[in-house]
Amino acid sequence: MKIDIILCGVGGMGALSSAAIISQAALEMGMYMKQAETHGMAQRGGDVQSHLRLSDKEIASDLIPDGQCDIIISVEPMEALRYLPFLNKEEGWVITNENPFINIPNYPEKEEVLAEVRKVKNSIVFNADKIALDLGNPKGTNMVVLGAASKYLKIDLEKLENAVRSIFGKKGDAVVMANINALRAGREVADKI
Amino acid sequence: MEKLLLLGDEAIAQAAIDAGLSGIFGYPGTPSTEIIEYIQASKEAKQKNIRSSWASNEKTAMEAALGMSYAGKRAMFTCKHVGMNVAADPFMNSAITGVNGGLVYISADDPSMHSSQDEQDSRYYAFWAKIPILEPSNQQEAYDMIHEAFELSEKFRIPVMLRITTRLAHSRAGVVIRQDKREQNQIGIPENPKQFILLPVNARRQYKELLAKQEGLEEASTKSVFNHYYEGENKSIGIIACGLSFNYLMENFTQTKCTYPILKITQYPIPTEMVKKLYQECDSILVLEEGQPLFEEKLKGFLNNGKKIMGRLDGTLSIDGELNPAKVGKALGLKVSEGLPVPELVAPRPPKLCEGCPHADTYRALNEAVADFSKGRVFADIGCYTLGALPPYNAINTTVDMGASITMAKGASEAGFQPAIAVIGDSTFTHSGMTGLLDCVVDNTPVTIIILDNSITAMTGSQKSSATGRIESICEGIGVAKEHIRVITPLKKFHEENVRIMKEEIAYQGVSVIIPRRECLVWLNKKRKEEKQRQKQQE
Repeated sequence: MKIDIILCGVGGMGALSSAAIISQAALEMGMYMKQAETHGMAQRGGDVQSHLRLSDKEIASDLIPDGQCDIIISVEPMEALRYLPFLNKEEGWVITNENPFINIPNYPEKEEVLAEVRKVKNSIVFNADKIALDLGNPKGTNMVVLGAASKYLKIDLEKLENAVRSIFGKKGDAVVMANINALRAGREVADKI
Repeated sequence: MEKLLLLGDEAIAQAAIDAGLSGIFGYPGTPSTEIIEYIQASKEAKQKNIRSSWASNEKTAMEAALGMSYAGKRAMFTCKHVGMNVAADPFMNSAITGVNGGLVYISADDPSMHSSQDEQDSRYYAFWAKIPILEPSNQQEAYDMIHEAFELSEKFRIPVMLRITTRLAHSRAGVVIRQDKREQNQIGIPENPKQFILLPVNARRQYKELLAKQEGLEEASTKSVFNHYYEGENKSIGIIACGLSFNYLMENFTQTKCTYPILKITQYPIPTEMVKKLYQECDSILVLEEGQPLFEEKLKGFLNNGKKIMGRLDGTLSIDGELNPAKVGKALGLKVSEGLPVPELVAPRPPKLCEGCPHADTYRALNEAVADFSKGRVFADIGCYTLGALPPYNAINTTVDMGASITMAKGASEAGFQPAIAVIGDSTFTHSGMTGLLDCVVDNTPVTIIILDNSITAMTGSQKSSATGRIESICEGIGVAKEHIRVITPLKKFHEENVRIMKEEIAYQGVSVIIPRRECLVWLNKKRKEEKQRQKQQE
């Protein structure tokens, strides 16, 4: 079994914490993993991405080869599009929040961006911000998106929840539960489709 | 068996702790920063009393590491590739002195310039200085090679370079940690009292010794477990895969077996006999190396009249930029998978100054203060504030290397292009700006130097700055007149006043310094969070 994942967004939106949670879950499952991250200058409001590779066999490259990514998990719709050259165009999934993060003057029309995402064979575009907000956890968008993506990750939701417990445990039960609830709410969206 | 999930940088740091390191020295620089940060945060390192605070620049760091080696202890130095230029003086000469305690230099290169001004390949430095290189292809090798690097260093009494690139530095994987941890060395000075006195008479002898070490070093490469010859029946191409490129090669053979012979090189000097074997067996050679075509150039030679050598020089691979699985696959003529094209509407999202950043307020004031002069007068430097080059600020005109703002402004001013203004960060100022300021003072050159003091090395992720609390006294000590050292607070509400002060100092026909002082917001938030957590723990 192998899963190649790209997690992406804009610096500060939590794409890298989602990567940490999946990694933790994969580690518990005894899988091999490699996770390449963006550090440094790009983090200042620029696009950030993480290549996360999981496998039951040893992994060679830290970077996912073009056309072999199984799932793009994005907290921002235009960012999801940026990594399409990596996507397996037949079987790969794009799971993304639908609300643009506009910090550039030439951001394209939202509807046009969403239309491009929907052109991908397998995609889920939804308002994860609203779900997070309704849960009283406005910073939980990344967890809601991760919850929706969990359906296609070949990793049980329960394992991701355990990873949330081990990573956020230090911050107290309230933080842990808020993140778990966000994960579950995201998963419900995917299950209804 | 203990397995930790570590960045390449972290694997190096943990290995150094386990290998009996006594001190690590360096200046922050992406992608190398996390090595020292890991040691600073490590309880184990603290227990072992491993020194790890940041140095003012790479030169001072490397010299301190050499001093620790002189005293018999194991020392390590870290930098990003361009830091090697700053440390080049001690670097070259430390190859001549050789070492006492084991000494390892880490250079983290950044091909594709993710966070850099160039993509220089540090292996050239090591070849130039005639010291060995280890170039890990994965995190586990990075961990294991640090142990080997210290052994090599002490065996041959020579500094050893460990060269990594961004993809390894900032990629995480499981790493098996050794349980048999080595004790630190005892203090003891070199047996030969002249070893570190590079008078010409000694240096000539030491240089001959360095040359004499080469044969043994090459033999060590040939016997190294890190260099490996993989036999293959298809002799049409022989592949030389250096460091990380080996992974990209293997990624193309997950379903099928590679039938070409492969020479994996992760330890240098180049093991000549292994290369000869490959060359003799195969019809042509493909050289895969991350960075610049060092190996390929050597193999091809000036006349290039041997067998066909493919690589970055003949266009089989692009001459610039980092490698990836697809580039390597195509170089071998394999059919590689493709994803979807990026839709045309996708706009670039470059990094920018954070919301509320003090630099933004400074640039707004500066733009207004220089509005009456012709364009092109602001010489800037390396740091977050380099982003002032982008809209909406468009506030700076140069960014070249650490410290160049002050000295370039000086040269322009001396050309008669006045006013000339330098913009430099606090940490960059103490890194390489102070000597330039002295030049300005000595010549009384009319320049206005804006030292942005956000109390932290911000760009690389909030490392302690050597400048904090010292800028005014440094400037005064160097000889800037006290009345021309002006501290301002870069906030909207002081905008008019700040513009006025800038205009006054720009009009002054001598050396003036303006210090806009306000804490970096990322750092401030981080500090507040840590404070909260500390309070919680105490409760």
